[in-house]
Parts: sequence; C-alpha cells; structure tokens
Amino acid sequence: MSTKVIHALYNDDDVLMDAVKTTRAAHHHIEEVYTPFPVHGLDKALGLAPTRLAICAFIYGLCGLGFGTFMMDYIMIQDWPQDIGGKPSFSYIQNMPAFVPVMFELTVFFAAHLMVITFFLRSRLWPFKAAENPDVRTTDDHFLMEVSLHGNEEEAVEFFKSTGAVEVKVIDKH
Amino acid sequence: MYTFSNKLKTFSFVLIILGVIGIAYGFLTAPKTVQDVELILSEQHHGGHGSHDEAHATTDSHAVGDSHAEVAAHDEAHQKHLEHVLHQLQNKPWSAVYVAAIFFMFIALGIFTFNQIQYAASAGWSPVLFRVMEGLSAYLLPGSIILFILLVASSLHLNHMFVWMADGITDPNSPKYDFIIAGKAAYLNIPFFLIRAVIFLAGWNIFRMLSRRNSIALDETGDLTYYKKNFKLAAMYLVFFIITESIMSWDWIMSIDAHWYSTLFGWYVFASFFVSGITVIALATIYLKSEGYLDFVNKSHIHDLAKFMFGISIFWTYLWFSQFMLMWYANIPEEVTYYIFRIKEYNLPFFGMLVLNFLLPVLLLINTDFKRLSWIIVMTGTCILVGHYLDFYNMIMPGTVGASWYIGVTEIGAILFFAGLFIYFGFRALAKAPLLVKNNPMIEESKHFHY
Repeated sequence: MSTKVIHALYNDDDVLMDAVKTTRAAHHHIEEVYTPFPVHGLDKALGLAPTRLAICAFIYGLCGLGFGTFMMDYIMIQDWPQDIGGKPSFSYIQNMPAFVPVMFELTVFFAAHLMVITFFLRSRLWPFKAAENPDVRTTDDHFLMEVSLHGNEEEAVEFFKSTGAVEVKVIDKH
Repeated sequence: MYTFSNKLKTFSFVLIILGVIGIAYGFLTAPKTVQDVELILSEQHHGGHGSHDEAHATTDSHAVGDSHAEVAAHDEAHQKHLEHVLHQLQNKPWSAVYVAAIFFMFIALGIFTFNQIQYAASAGWSPVLFRVMEGLSAYLLPGSIILFILLVASSLHLNHMFVWMADGITDPNSPKYDFIIAGKAAYLNIPFFLIRAVIFLAGWNIFRMLSRRNSIALDETGDLTYYKKNFKLAAMYLVFFIITESIMSWDWIMSIDAHWYSTLFGWYVFASFFVSGITVIALATIYLKSEGYLDFVNKSHIHDLAKFMFGISIFWTYLWFSQFMLMWYANIPEEVTYYIFRIKEYNLPFFGMLVLNFLLPVLLLINTDFKRLSWIIVMTGTCILVGHYLDFYNMIMPGTVGASWYIGVTEIGAILFFAGLFIYFGFRALAKAPLLVKNNPMIEESKHFHY
C-alpha cells in the first residue's frame, strides 16, 4: 500500500510560519519543509531538537589538541631530542611555547573539518547524490510543507488551502 | 529611576574604611631604616619561608671566602642588599595603592570605551545598557584625580616606583648614572610625563562628560542631533583613545621597568582592562536586574555581554602569549629578563592568572546555555576580575618591590578602598538618571533584542 502525502506550497515565509503553527496545532504530522533560504525560527516552530554539532566540534577540538600535543612530544622530545638553536628539549613543558602554534592550529583544524564532515554525514550530502527536491520552485521562491495524510483527503486539502497555501497537491509516495 | 540603596551605600563606606585601615597599616609598618630591614630579614631567615631567604642566602655565600678583603666586600654587599630591600619594602604600600588605583580607574575607562564603541558601531542590542555604562564610568573622574595625585607623588620622590625619576640618573658624574635611562630622558622626564598624564586624563574625562551630557539632553528633548553629536564624539574619542591608551601604558606601566620595552604592550594593557570593564558591566547589570530595576534587560543582553567576556578574554590571552612567546623564543637578554624575573619570583601569580583569565572563562563560557545563567557569569566574572588584578600586579610589582612581594593586608586594603570608591561613585551616578534611555533611535530594537 502506498502512503499519501500532501504537498502544500506557500510563496511567503511569514505565511509558511503561520501554516506550520496551525498545522501543528491541528496535530498533522509534518514530514518535511523545503525552503529556498533559512527561515528564522522555523526549527523552533517545527519543534525540532537543537543540533549537537557544537558539542561534536568541541570534542573534535580536544582530539586535535591531544593529537598536536602527542605529535610534538613524540617527535621533538621523545624520539630525537636534538638541540636546535638552544631550545630546551628536556621535557615537553620546557619547550611548550614553541609548540603552542601547532597545538592551536591542529585544534582548530580538527574541530572545523571533522565538524563539517559530521554535518555532511548527518545531513546525507555528498557529490553525485541525487537531489531530493520535490518541486524545483522550492529552490527559488516557493516554500513547501510535506504532511503525511491520514483519513479524509478532501478535508485535509481544504485545511491546507485555508492556511494560505497557493497550491495543495496529494502525492503518492512509495 | 534607580535609588542608591542605603545598604549598598553603607557597604561601599565599609569597604572604604577597611581599605583606609589596610593602607594605613601598610604605610605605618613599612621599614624606615636599614636596621629595620635587617631585623625583618633575620626574622624571615629564621622563619624559613619566602624568597628573601634565597636572596639572603646568596649574599651569605660570599662569607665562605676566608680573606679579610672578602669579608669586607661581603659587608659592603650586605649593606647594599639591605638598602635594596629597604627601597622595595618602602615601595610596597605605594605600589599596592598604585596597582589598585590604576586597575579601578582602567575599569571605568574600559566601560566608557565599550560604551563609545557601541555608539560608533550603532549597535542595536546595547542601548538598554547605556545608562549602566554611563553610570559606572562616572568613577573615571575621581579615579583619574587619585591616579594623577599618585603620579605627582612619585614625581616628588615620595616613593621609588619609577626608577627613571631618581635624582642624578641622567647625570654622567653621579654614582646613580644610568646610560640607558639617560638615553631615554628626552621622553622619560618628569615635566613631560606629567603633561602627558594631564592631557590623557583630561581628554578622557572631557569626552565622558560631553557624551553623558548629550545622552541626558537626548532624553529630555528628543532632539536627534544629540544622538548624531554623540556618534561623532564616539568616533573622535576612539581615535584619541587608541593613541593615548598606547602612550599611557608606556608611561604608567612600562616605564616602571625602564630598561625593558615591548611593542604590543599598549594593546595588551587595553585588552586586560577592556575585558575587566565588560565584566563589571555584566556584573552590575545582573545585580541591578536582580533588584528589579532592569526589567527591559533580557537574557539575550546578558548573553551578549558574556560573549564579549569570552571573546576578549581569549583576545587578552592571544596578546599575552604573543608578547611572552616572542621574547621567550628569541631569548634576547635585554628583553627576556622581564619574564625570567617574573617566572622565578612571581611564579604563582604569573601562571595563576592564565588559569583565571583564560582557562576558566574559556571552559565556563563556551557553552551557549551557560552564557545565559547569571550565577555562571558572576562566577566567571569574579575569576576574570581577580585574574586581571593579578595581571596588573604582575606588570607593576616586579619593577617596584621585586622579590619582596606578597599579597597581604595592604594590597587587599587597597583593593577594598578602590572597590568601595568605585561602587560609591558608580552607583551614585546610576541614581542620577533614569536607567532606560529615551529617544535613542535604537532603543526599541534593543528592548526587543533576542538571540
């Protein structure tokens, strides 16, 4: 059995925000919202959980800091503690100021790149990925709300028309 | 309208009185003669703690030699050492007052500068906080006067904080002649030093007075030309400030170590008091809000202040490290002695302030939710203020009291005294005008600011 979804299209982000609120108040389940640009406050209106990407970045940064410290300690202090221009290579702390730029940059490098990669993986973005756009107009000037359909089809269509949608379609989704 | 509560007023008076007692104690117990110092040192010698011990022990080691000449040389060296310590101990109460005076005056200056940056940037979030900033920066005038009196006292040779002020230091025939300082005499001489101080202090105070007057006039008349005037004034002030701030930090802080120089010192000093100023704004805002005077200030305003505290703390650390690492790396003797002495003799305050000024703020304020919690900000703010007091302590004390430092009654008394004055003058000015500015074109935006 195929499931049916409703595609309600809007041409204004304020109308969309109101529609999202009334839809949620009417206990329709919003599957997805497609917008051409970030709509401020949309995630809150949809009730989406806050992102944990920043926590990931912090942990990645600590990994980078640890890696930088380990690398400089192993190379400069443990493996071959050469005297280079009189720098004290007897212990890590003695020569630490010279390693701080490396430690800092690796912290930033790890935090930034691993966070971006995490973002790509979590949002399933990669080259040659087939676009999941239900309507090309949503990348330009239209906003689309996809709602799962249960029960009466006509009633639901009427409901979304009343939220200010410029177009309401019922689509078979496989 | 805010009323200066009697409780807070009494509190500030208590701080001032305790402070005066502490400072008086410091001046009264400072040794007068070399004999006093000998007594103090022998007591400490037997007490067996403190770094004087080591310094004393090194002079003692001269006595190992058995010829009479060496014993005589030792006696002479011992006398010189006593005289050296005497000057340090006599400087100690002066320096304690000077560090606290300059720290609190700088906080007022930092607050005023933050205020002017908000004007010049036409910031939309901060106008609800303008009156807090204007009020707290009122300490700038009394603070400047006290600081100027201290500078004059140094110029009158009442203390030996500024080594280049000593008599005969530029005279080649004097036993005190210092070739390096003599070479700087065109800049480092007392009349020019005092003239510069007058220009800087008067300039900042005039800018503050005019800005405050325009702000009040805008409230009363609703005439937007006052707003435009303040905008232009802020732009002019910031240019004036960045030049005078740089020179002021050479004069009042760097010249204490007259043989040492650093190019980024001015910005470093600026970052230190700027972050302290922002912290004081945040703490005062939280206090006033908890008393119910700032209902129009919401969590987002506090959040923004916390972001500034976080960011400028890191900026301070960046400058601290840049100054330290460049000198440590190159290890040029004339530069690096500054740090060698601090690491040897001031190890705990020198590295302890890094924990207070960098590590704790970074870990506590990195979290968005934490930046909205008052108690976190109060806690971190306390760390930042203690840390930056220590920062100024580390900049000034090693050059004036050397190894004879400790944070005792005098230092804490001086902090209490100036904290009391700051609270008294700051909150008295807060009570003189409504806490919400009127007719500012940004005020509606600021009231509805949310992040």
